[in-house]
Formats: sequence, C-alpha cells, structure tokens
Amino acid sequence: MSKEKILEKSFLLIALSSISILALIAFFIFQQGIPLIWKVGLNSFLLGDRWFPSKESFGIFPMIVGSFWVTLGSLIVGVPLGVACAVFLCELIPPTIAMILRPMIQLLGAIPSVIYGFWGLIVLVPLIRDSFGGPGLSILAGSLVLGIMILPTIISISEDSLRALPRTYKEGALSLGATHWQTIWRVLLPAARSGIVASIILGMGRAIGETMAMIMILGNATQLPNSILSSARTLTTNIGIEMGYASGDHRQALFATGVVLFFIIMGLNSLALIISRKGRA
Amino acid sequence: MKISRHHTQGLAKGVIWVAAFSTLAVMFWILYQVLREGLPLLHPDFFIQAPRQMGRAGGIFSTIIGTIALTVVAIVIATPLGVGTAIFLQEYTRESGVSRVIRFGTDCLAGVPSIIFGLFGFVFFVIFLRMGWSILSGGLTLATMILPTIICTAEEAIKSVPYTYREVSFALGGTRWQTIRKMVLPNAFPGILTGVLLGVGRSVGETAAVILTAGSSFITPDSLFSPIRTMAVHFYILAREGISMEMAYATGAALILLILAINTVANWMMYRYAHKA
Amino acid sequence: MPIRLEESSFMEKQAKIAIQNFHFYYGTFMALKDLNLSIQPNQIFAILGPARSGKTTLLKSMNRLTDLIFGTSHTGQIFIDSQEIYGPEISLPELRRRLGMVFDLPTALPLSIFENVAYGPRFKGLSEKSRLEEIVEKSLQAAVLWDEVKDRLQSSALRLSGGQQQRLCIARMLALEPEILMLDEPCSGLDPISTASIEESLTKLKEKYTILLVPHNIQQASRVADRVGFFLEGKMVEEGSAFDLFTRPKNKKTEDYISGKFG
Repeated sequence: MSKEKILEKSFLLIALSSISILALIAFFIFQQGIPLIWKVGLNSFLLGDRWFPSKESFGIFPMIVGSFWVTLGSLIVGVPLGVACAVFLCELIPPTIAMILRPMIQLLGAIPSVIYGFWGLIVLVPLIRDSFGGPGLSILAGSLVLGIMILPTIISISEDSLRALPRTYKEGALSLGATHWQTIWRVLLPAARSGIVASIILGMGRAIGETMAMIMILGNATQLPNSILSSARTLTTNIGIEMGYASGDHRQALFATGVVLFFIIMGLNSLALIISRKGRA
Repeated sequence: MKISRHHTQGLAKGVIWVAAFSTLAVMFWILYQVLREGLPLLHPDFFIQAPRQMGRAGGIFSTIIGTIALTVVAIVIATPLGVGTAIFLQEYTRESGVSRVIRFGTDCLAGVPSIIFGLFGFVFFVIFLRMGWSILSGGLTLATMILPTIICTAEEAIKSVPYTYREVSFALGGTRWQTIRKMVLPNAFPGILTGVLLGVGRSVGETAAVILTAGSSFITPDSLFSPIRTMAVHFYILAREGISMEMAYATGAALILLILAINTVANWMMYRYAHKA
Repeated sequence: MPIRLEESSFMEKQAKIAIQNFHFYYGTFMALKDLNLSIQPNQIFAILGPARSGKTTLLKSMNRLTDLIFGTSHTGQIFIDSQEIYGPEISLPELRRRLGMVFDLPTALPLSIFENVAYGPRFKGLSEKSRLEEIVEKSLQAAVLWDEVKDRLQSSALRLSGGQQQRLCIARMLALEPEILMLDEPCSGLDPISTASIEESLTKLKEKYTILLVPHNIQQASRVADRVGFFLEGKMVEEGSAFDLFTRPKNKKTEDYISGKFG
C-alpha cells in the first residue's frame, strides 16, 4: 500500500476516536449501572423516593425531582435575562462597547463552576436563610446560581443569532415605519428563534450536568423536596457526593444514576439536533 | 387610553436596560468579590509552598504542579487526536456516512456532563486499566473531555484555509499529505492553537471528573502515577469542608487570574489571526 | 472539420498531446463533448471561446486537477507522448509536474518569493540549497521577473503587484521543468505593460515548451497563437492555424464570435 493510502487509513482511524470514546463511556457506565437497575427494578429505582444505601434502598425519584426543579428554575432565571442581554448587546448599545463586553462575557463563561458555587455559598445562601428562613442551602439558591452560570451560553449564542440576521430584516421593518422596539420584538427575535432555542437547549444541558456548584449550595437532603426553600439533591450531586466512599451495590447504584443521566442528556441532544435541522430547513 | 408605540418602546427598552445592566453587574460582581478578598493574599510564598495543615496554611505549590501536569497530559493526548480527526473530515472525505457518524460522536461527546466523564474515567482508567488515582488517569479523562472542542476549532481553522492554496499545491505536484503538511496545517495553526488554549482553560477549571480520577492528595507528586489535586479541586475542598476561607479566597483568586490569562491569550490570538487573513 | 487522429498517422507520431473522443462530466452535466484534438510540440495552441464553454475544464482535466472535485467522470482518452494520462500506472504528482499550470488569478502562496518558486522542486525531493537557488534564479529570469525581485527573495510574495505575482506563478511553473505549459487567462486583470511582457515571454518559451493558452480575448490569441481551437458550449467547433481561423473561418459560429456578434 502506498504511503498516501497508509496515511489516509491512519487518519480515518484517528477520526474514529471520538465515536469510540463515546461507545466506551456508554459501555462501561451501562456495564456498572444496568445490573443494579435490573436488580432493584426500573420502577422502584426511578420512582422510589427512599435513598438509603446502607439499607439497600435505592430510589432516585427525589433526585430526579431535584434536577427538574433546579433546571427549571435556572431556565426561568437564565432565559429572560439572557435573551434580554443579547438584545441589549446587539441592538441597544454602540458596537464598540459591545465589542468590549463580548469577550468579557465569554470570560465569565470560562470561569470554573466551583467559583460560582463558592459565591453562592458565601453570599446567596446566608441571604436566603436570613430573608426567607430555612437552611438557605436550597433549590432557590441552586436555581439562581445555575441561572447565572448558564447566562454566558445563552447570551453568546442568542446574540450571535441576532447578529447573523441579514441587515435587510431590520432595515425593511424600519423603513415600513416600525419603531426600533417593534422591529426587535416582532421581526428580529422571531427570526433568530431557532438560534435562541438552540442556546436554551445548550444551557439546559449545562444546567442538568452541573455538579460541583450544586453540591456546594443545594444541601445534602435525600428526601423529596417540598418547597423552593428545601435542600435537595440532583442526579449529578447524588453521584458527586457519595462516589468518594461508595462500594459494592451502593457504587453500582451511583453508576445507575449515571445511566439515567446519560439517557436524559442523549435525549436532550437528539432534541437539539432535530430542532436545529428543522430550523435550517 | 391607548399607549403609544413610543411609550411602549421606551418602557420595553427601559426594562431591557435594567435587566441587562443588573445581570451583567451581578456577574462581574461575583468575580470582583472573590478577587477583592483573594488578591491581597497572593504573595510569592503562596505559590511556592506546599499546603500545610490540610490546607489551612502554606501555599498551593503541589496543586499548581498538579494542574500543569494534568493539563499537559490532556493536551498531549487530545491535540493529535483532535487535529487528526479534523484533517480527516476536511481533507480526506466528503459528507458521507462515515463523516456523519464521526460528527454525531463528537457532538454527543461534547454534551456529556463532567460527572459522567468522572465515572467513566474512574471505572476505565483507574480500575480497569489499573492506573489508579493518578495524573495519568486524570489527564486521560480530561483529554476525552476536551477532544470535541479541539476537533471543532481545528475544523474551523482548516476550513478557513483558502481552497486556491490547496489547488496550487496540487498543481505543482504535491500529494495530498504534502499539501496538508506544507500548506494547510501551517496556515491553520493559529486557529488550532486557539482551540488548544480553550482546551487548556477547560482542563484548569474542571473539578468533578478530576476528583474521581486523580484523587485529592496534596502531596507533591513524583510520577505520572501519583495522585494529585488541582487548584480547582483544592479550592472546592477548602470551601466545602470549610477548612479556611482565607485560603479558599486566595486559591479562587489565583484560579480566576489563570483563567483570565489563558482566555486573554486565546482571544488575542483569534483577533490577530482574523485580521491577518 | 476537426482533425481525426486516425486519419493521419504522421500527425499521430509527432503529436505531443492527442485527445480522442473525450467527454467530461461534472456529475450529469457534460462539460466537454466529443473532443478530438492533437497538438504538436513547441507551438502555442489557443483555446478560444465565450465563458462556460469548457476551456478551464479542458486544462484541468489534462493535469487531472479535476480529480479533486467530487463526482467528475469522463469517457475517451488523452495521450501525452502516446501515454494515456488516465491510465492506472500514472503518478498524479508526476503528471502535474509535466504539465505546468497558471491560473487566471494571481495565486501567490503565503510564502516568500523564493519559497514560492522552490515549492514544486522541493516536492520532487530537492533540498540542496545551491541547486534550489539555481532553479529559482533560472525560472525567475525566464519569467522576466528576476531583475525586479532579486534583492528581496525572502520577502513575502503577497506584497508583489498583480502583474508581478502572475509572473511569479509562471516562474513557479517553470521551476518544475515541465514539458507542457497551460495558462488559463494569465493576463486577466493585468495592465497592458505586464500583459505585453507576458506575451513576449510566451513567444520565447514555445522554443522549449508546448503551450496551451486560454487567451483573455481574441486579440491576444491573434497576437501569440500558432493554432487555435474555437470552443462553444463544450464542443470544439473549429480548429486550425491562427491565420486561417481568423481570416477565413469555416464555421458560421466561429465567424460570429470573431467578429464580435456574441461573446
């Protein structure tokens, strides 16, 4: 085989690395986690609300609920503010200032999550405790911090979508007598809709997958949360908190939690792909 | 009473201004707080000394070593794989079944949460390959995490090399590989470097996957198989266990400064590269 | 009537390039139709015709740059020195060194002037400094560029003017020591002085090389070409000596094109 052919095959092999790694991840996580789900039963694993590893009781429903509420809360915080900031950057301030702010926002997105978690712990948690009672380590705190964490993602991508719109959209609307705001609200935002939705889904993925900051500020409670001020666990914090000392069935249960998380994320990814393809077509 | 369009506009714009301004203000204020408390505590001793008394005193030297070591391993593994994948996708193939599968794998990998990478790294590198909690395990796990980023930026960089350069190179008798090596890669290099820097930034800040694969020993490591904690892990442990708020602030400030430096260099490179082309 | 190869064995033995029943496709689109052509060595053959008549396709299918494009195919044969260039044993890099090509836009590579010209020879495996310097100087002289750049060979080629860059591309092509030169509208966008100097070099170069030229306009063809082929929508409508084609064209369409009735 000629040298060129060998090189081509080598590059093909290298290129298969990402899909191979994905397959390996799926394989090993499933290999560790599925047997336990089988043992405990899918229903009682997903819907059981008692998580007592020492008593072999593995129900992760509280964590699913926790993940749900925290993610939802982060979207309630992050999406309106994020889109508002995107509009702000794109339409309401001079381009030179926007050019300075943009890399700064990108920088905020690169800050490790533990820093945000730390801030939440030091500032937000006592604030909530003093203002609203409860332990302070709560879903409310988690939602707020997570919302702030996904803002850079939503802002950057939404703003890119707005900026990518052909200038004729804006000029056309304005020349028909629309005010600037009407143009933004009725023409630009709807036109950028698919990009904004993509940013939301990306932000959601980031929110569901966040671990360290949530460990720091959600508290450690394994019970079903009943209010926004309750402490809770998410699927991710469940793993992160106990992985350090778990063994045997307990450890496998954590992998099983990972399996559930994996499916949720893959579902989200597929949704994102479908929506982005529809948006392009 | 009908509200005029201009009043609506004024109201809406006002709301947006307030919302955006306060949002951005809060975000920057978070950074400011950590830096304000932590910067004064940063003196040369802090960086040179190892942690003492579980981190209550001393410095963060071993964690700096750990951060560098883990990042270097991750980059050394992920860069060839990532650039090679990008070369294959852009130079050796067109949109086909194979390329779609590869892109699907890369996109999915990019969305996997870090804790899952941690679980994977633990069961695969630490246990199955018997590397134990070590720099190697942690670095390899990080490599899998930053691979999608490097593939993506390398592809963009390679795509931006004008087609005429390639055509001329072929017309002058170059083979495909000669053309890639002498025309495409040198011209795509700044973009690829930016991607590598982004990968570095991600490795520095990653915590969940690192704890599960590199351990959390703060003793200065002596080999690739030694366990180690990174600055981010050290920061997390200090904060969560409540060991020392002072040390936590200082470590946090150092971490932010490091990320700031890496991002600034990456942005500067992108800016320069975009203006050269 | 275009010359048929079978009709003249004398021509066949002498021809540098022989094209037989050649059709070229981009996917399902036929860009070249039933081409039969033979070109003698050491002459300038002009490929004349309006836009989109297959001229660039013809050149690029001769050095098989068209192989780089997905979905191309052909029927028929192209012989160079009686060797089929689409045959299985043909080495593409070698073929492309035998047929030098200059594109219709100045395409200096982002390298120094020296490295641009040395680019091709390096691929051949040539790395000895003195040999490279020799080739670079010889090529730049043949392209009438040496005097202008000999003091700044290390500076970036992108800083040269359009006319200089195009002559650099010619030097780059000559450095390969090819047998056939293919120039696709080499003077497009150039000022009259650069155009004149390039046309002058072409007349000198044909002593050593066989030249295929897509001229910028009819006047250029009449100035430099020995033989001319008139192409329309992928088909070669007429072919003959430059004098014959321009003074008494046999085909009505050729006559219309030359007199400017369409372009």
